[in-house]
Amino acid sequence: MILTILTTAVDSIADQEVIDRIPSGYSNFVIPFVVGMVFILIYLLVGFIRILNHIPWEDKKKFLISLITPATILKNIKDIIFDCLLHVKIWKRKPLLGYMHSSIAFGWFMLIVLGHIEVALFVPKHFGSISEGALFYPIFYRFFVWVNPAHETLRSNLLFFLMDFFLLYVLSGIALAMFKRIKSIALGMKHTTKPSLPDRIALYCLWLIFPLRLLAESFTADLSGGSFLTVPMNFLFKNFFGNSLNFMPTWWAYSIVLGLFFVAMPFSRYMHIVTEVLLILFRNAGLKVRKPRKGLAEAEIYACSSCGLCLDACPMNIQKKNLKYSSVYFIRFLRRHNTKKINEIAQKCLMCGKCYALCPVSVDSPAIRQAQRATFNNCLPYDYGYLAKAADTGLANNYGDDGGKQPEVMYFAGCMSHLVPVIIESMKKIFKEAGIDYVFADEDGGICCGRPLLLAGRTEAAGEVMESNKKMIEDSGCKFLVLSCPICYKVFNEEYNLKGIKIIHHTQLIDRLIDTGRLEVTKSDGSFVYHDPCDLGRGSGIYEEPRHILSGIGELKKASKERDESICCGGSLGSLTLDYKDRGEITQGSIESLLAEKPREIATACPLCFKTFGDKAPVPVKDIAQIVCEHLAQKQEDKIYSEPGIPIAPEKESFAR
Amino acid sequence: MTDFGYSINTSSRMNLDDFDKESFDKLAEMEPDVRKCMACGSCTASCTAGKFHETSLRSAILALQNGQEGKAIDFLKGCMLCGKCTMVCPRGINTRHLILSILKVYGTK
Ligand code: SF4
Ligand code: SF4
Ligand code: SF4
Ligand code: SF4
Repeated sequence: MILTILTTAVDSIADQEVIDRIPSGYSNFVIPFVVGMVFILIYLLVGFIRILNHIPWEDKKKFLISLITPATILKNIKDIIFDCLLHVKIWKRKPLLGYMHSSIAFGWFMLIVLGHIEVALFVPKHFGSISEGALFYPIFYRFFVWVNPAHETLRSNLLFFLMDFFLLYVLSGIALAMFKRIKSIALGMKHTTKPSLPDRIALYCLWLIFPLRLLAESFTADLSGGSFLTVPMNFLFKNFFGNSLNFMPTWWAYSIVLGLFFVAMPFSRYMHIVTEVLLILFRNAGLKVRKPRKGLAEAEIYACSSCGLCLDACPMNIQKKNLKYSSVYFIRFLRRHNTKKINEIAQKCLMCGKCYALCPVSVDSPAIRQAQRATFNNCLPYDYGYLAKAADTGLANNYGDDGGKQPEVMYFAGCMSHLVPVIIESMKKIFKEAGIDYVFADEDGGICCGRPLLLAGRTEAAGEVMESNKKMIEDSGCKFLVLSCPICYKVFNEEYNLKGIKIIHHTQLIDRLIDTGRLEVTKSDGSFVYHDPCDLGRGSGIYEEPRHILSGIGELKKASKERDESICCGGSLGSLTLDYKDRGEITQGSIESLLAEKPREIATACPLCFKTFGDKAPVPVKDIAQIVCEHLAQKQEDKIYSEPGIPIAPEKESFAR
Repeated sequence: MTDFGYSINTSSRMNLDDFDKESFDKLAEMEPDVRKCMACGSCTASCTAGKFHETSLRSAILALQNGQEGKAIDFLKGCMLCGKCTMVCPRGINTRHLILSILKVYGTK
């Protein structure tokens, strides 16, 4: 009888691939890890509630709805995998750096997932139950189990292999990270950030976690199994040390660095690992920064990984002294609530948006800067009592007496275009040539679009200006609003909410007119380089139309930095405190990039860039409208267009964005 | 009243003792460019707001130097920060920040 019980017991053990070596599933060495883990979990929960608390109700609603909208859920999952785990954005720009980030993030993630799978498969008792150690068991799985040499299976071997593989993968990333610290230039980063004390503690812990894990798992590999990495190391250690006395201390050390890492995490840059996920959810829900430090902004701030990629991105850093105004430091001071520094940095920035475009986490630091500016500029006095009159005089003069027949097209040149009359003259000619009937809203002086006020943080004042423009435009009954200035374009698009009115930049219009044959240009032997204005390119996503127009007229050359990497001309209205000299340096840097392939002319599509490059560039600077006018084909006959409007319907999304 | 076809101007006399050096120094510390202005008037000529309402950085700076702070603020209250004046200023003055600084020092009391 007893014999049969014994044999069945032995049989059932022999059946298992893995034997629960310590059935209690506990050992003292897990304490540091558990303490760290509990601390970080509580911290995250409190932080999350705090952030939610500061989000206005209507945003909260948006957020909750986004969490149950299938399309947003899919996008969230995709973004989390691509951005947080695989770091695709970094891969695209700097492959080696991308490998480093993704190997650590994705490798670590896989180790955790596989660890849980092993537990669920082989010792399910310890899976998912807190009282059985679910919090730490899967992490220290190798310590607690005994692999049954009598019953090796393919799946257990495969898991062993995968665990070793991903450990090696992470270790390769860690090795690169160490190497990068020592020689950041090798990975193609000119500048790198100086880490703070908690950063350093967390960093060294992070460096130690995986080598220690390797050691610990190697020491136990003869008991709990292993693969190509841990088994040979176990063999080596045995022959080297001759005993397994180092077994416990390494597991203790592994647990301690893990715990320490979790405790240091909230005070270090590594907070980004979790915050990034939250930021992705917020962003996909369509939330916007409203306050500079609370709510969404807080998520943005803690999502910054201090990677320093924005240092190389920022055009101000052509001068080393300006490094301190970069987003990474701005965010660091925000974390420390250093108001004096925050204000100083907030006012310096050109708001060119390049750091935002290139940031792997897409931390919208320009938006935070704008919100910060509002904290001290929104209260300044203003008096726009004249706006009503301005709106009248602007339009009334232009409608004339043509029997009340109002054109469908309104042209709004904007303040800056009035400083560059050649743009306005060219546009008039183009309208005439294409037979477009239009009303010129601000021919006789108009009011500002409001974006400069917004950028300066004078939100309320901007609101008045925009309201007045909006009324003027909507009252005119137009269907198309054509703009020559990217600054206007961006704000009309994003803030005005003009219903039933299609907003187009003149480059889009011209491109369309050429495509539909309403405008004919001749090809010349000239060569151009196109400068992407910040607010048109990065700000509004218009990169193709201008290039398309230019390549139809001459040879289009490349700038050394272009499209979303284009360098601000230096004239930006975004900066409040950058002085004339510093701006000059930026302009020079930008021109240098444009002249990389020795084009004969610089083309741009913004009156401000035009003015700023103006006499500083050694080659002629022209607006695209101007270039088009210079290359208009001789008309065969005077064509009469039956439709004096723009050759598309305003409802159609025909203008690619 | 009998209309004589002319009237008496309000006095434009100013008292230079009203000049508040302390505030002006504070302003100059915020935006040193204020001392660079040569009163050429380019900013005023190009001003977007000036078309509808008397807006003039040049006059505002002069008013400050003459101790007429309220007047200075009035010259700038209509400014929309459009930046045209920055582009035309021959002295390369950061006019927009100067305007903001004047409003900050003299406008919020
Ligand atoms: S703002 Fe973005 S690019 Fe700059 S350090 Fe932070 S994460 Fe990196
Ligand atoms: S918005 Fe442009 S100028 Fe401002 S910090 Fe970013 S890169 Fe630099
Ligand atoms: S920034 Fe102000 S003062 Fe200067 S031109 Fe524009 S509206 Fe006039
Ligand atoms: S343009 Fe410049 S120098 Fe001339 S008055 Fe205006 S601020 Fe002064």
